[in-house]
Amino acid sequence: MTDTLAEHADRELHRGEPLIEMEAVGKSYGAIRALKDINLRVNAGEVTCVLGDNGAGKSTLIKIMSGLHPHNEGILRVDGTELRFGSPREALDHGIATVYQDLAVVPLLEVWRNFFLGSELTAGRYPLAGLRVGQMREIADAELRKMGIEVKDINQPIGTLSGGQRQCVAIARAVYFGARVLILDEPTAALGVKQSGVVLKYVAAARDAGLGVVFITHNPHHAYLVGDHFVILKLGRAVLDRTRAEVGLDQLTTQMAGGDELAELSHELGRKEA
Amino acid sequence: MAHSVTANPPNRVRLGWSNRILARPEVGAFVAAVVIGIFFMVMAPSFRSADSFFTVLYQSSVIGIVAVGVGLLMIGGEFDLSAGVIVYSAGLFNSMFCWYLGVNLWVGAALSLVFCLMIGALNGYLVMRTGIPSFLITLGTFFVLQGANLGLTKQITGSVSSTDISRIDGYDSLGVVFASSFKIGSVTVWITVIYWLLLIALAAWILQRTRSGNWIFAVGGAPDSARAVGVPLVRTKILLFMTVSFLGWFVGMHQLYRFNTLQAGGGVGNEFLYIIAAVVGGTLLTGGFGSAIGVAIGAFIFGMTSLGIVYAGWDPNWFRAFLGVMLLLAVLVNLYVKRLSTTRKVG
Repeated sequence: MTDTLAEHADRELHRGEPLIEMEAVGKSYGAIRALKDINLRVNAGEVTCVLGDNGAGKSTLIKIMSGLHPHNEGILRVDGTELRFGSPREALDHGIATVYQDLAVVPLLEVWRNFFLGSELTAGRYPLAGLRVGQMREIADAELRKMGIEVKDINQPIGTLSGGQRQCVAIARAVYFGARVLILDEPTAALGVKQSGVVLKYVAAARDAGLGVVFITHNPHHAYLVGDHFVILKLGRAVLDRTRAEVGLDQLTTQMAGGDELAELSHELGRKEA
Repeated sequence: MAHSVTANPPNRVRLGWSNRILARPEVGAFVAAVVIGIFFMVMAPSFRSADSFFTVLYQSSVIGIVAVGVGLLMIGGEFDLSAGVIVYSAGLFNSMFCWYLGVNLWVGAALSLVFCLMIGALNGYLVMRTGIPSFLITLGTFFVLQGANLGLTKQITGSVSSTDISRIDGYDSLGVVFASSFKIGSVTVWITVIYWLLLIALAAWILQRTRSGNWIFAVGGAPDSARAVGVPLVRTKILLFMTVSFLGWFVGMHQLYRFNTLQAGGGVGNEFLYIIAAVVGGTLLTGGFGSAIGVAIGAFIFGMTSLGIVYAGWDPNWFRAFLGVMLLLAVLVNLYVKRLSTTRKVG
């Protein structure tokens, strides 16, 4: 399964080199400030884990990196050049592919069409360029098989697959098209134990192939299995920003569970041990 | 529900042909067309001739050309209620511009095309920019065009129809392009029928076999997901609106050069015929599902019905009631087919 990653990874990637850098990045939706003063580096060959509760700003953060919403404060650099993405297409053109938790697939389209949506293979010149349907079916089928998903009929509408399978198609697609940076928005949330394991192996494989991975999750255990760098967001701000050497799973879990707030809550609930 | 398992690749299941055919959008419309065809052949003896078959085809093509565009637009998740009136706006623009200024009709036709494309682009731009449903935006355009058609025609010609333009330069050559007919044996074939068939083939190819087709299905089925994977949402939808207005212009040219004068109040109500053709042909009202061939069959059902009632000697006033029943049946069939195609059959 690592061969897809190795095949499609950009050859110019050097481990440790910064791919995406954020300096004091912020984002407001009208009067609501979703994100403030975020400093983040996504390095080649490293997994950056972003953790946080619901509404902490995780989704906003990746929407900035993937081009869905432009940031309106601070500086975003990709490969050292300052820019502001106008559309997801621009991010994809920089080799940044994203798997969204909620925006994964188009239910009534066939599995293979979903796999190639937005990056279709065509033959011939534009107005007369037809799709290379057979080839796309074969590639989609082979890539899904590598992830351990046996789609019995690659021509069935993707809406007929289970939630976990749909998520896996979205991940397989991002792995196939994301040459430099892979962003995963809570990829394991809808998955069972076994499929979560497959996804985590993919994250590790992407890292080994030299890609920068941004892994967004609720689950500190999953994060600690693969992460090199951990950022915890709370109410739109980074409250923890450590490398693997500086933080243990216990500390991560405590911070995620609310840390100080948890201690306070336990005090308030006041179950005194007799 | 027989599933046949192919040996290679392993574990791959292909659905039986019955299921694969049932999952096509146009099945319901095809069955309905056969039933209606047989019905009128039994009821109306004059319906059985080749001549009346081509008259039905002509009738279908005049609605069907714009309906193909409307079908694509509806698969892309939007409506265009101005599609009926823009046909007459296109013709009136061409006619009155050239009559008033005394210029060659080709100039007027080209300017009319630019005008229609701008209306389409404006519809699309407003829908995408404001996020207001296209139903409302194009309802607005519909009323504006309807009013302008009547108001300007009255102002310029002093009556509610456009003037005779048959002696202005270019009338004959434009007539050859847009409104000619030829004979095969005793049967008259209008050129719009040929254009319509070519257009159906082109639209079917675009939908199933090109990147643009993929994008049309995607922007209709799940616009946000489509944008997130790099599909140019705004461009795709605006181009769909422009396709409809282009085809409206095309039929407008046909009407103008076939009849020479146009009634300023024409075209009102046709927008619903296009929508009915698309829906009867299996297009989902919510977008993301449908086919060009289905829309063509929908338009053909319209053609058969509108003439079949006349041939059978019935009161043509019943025509709309019949269309309404067809629409309701089509919606029910669509609902059933959609459920069928989104439930798991294998794996």
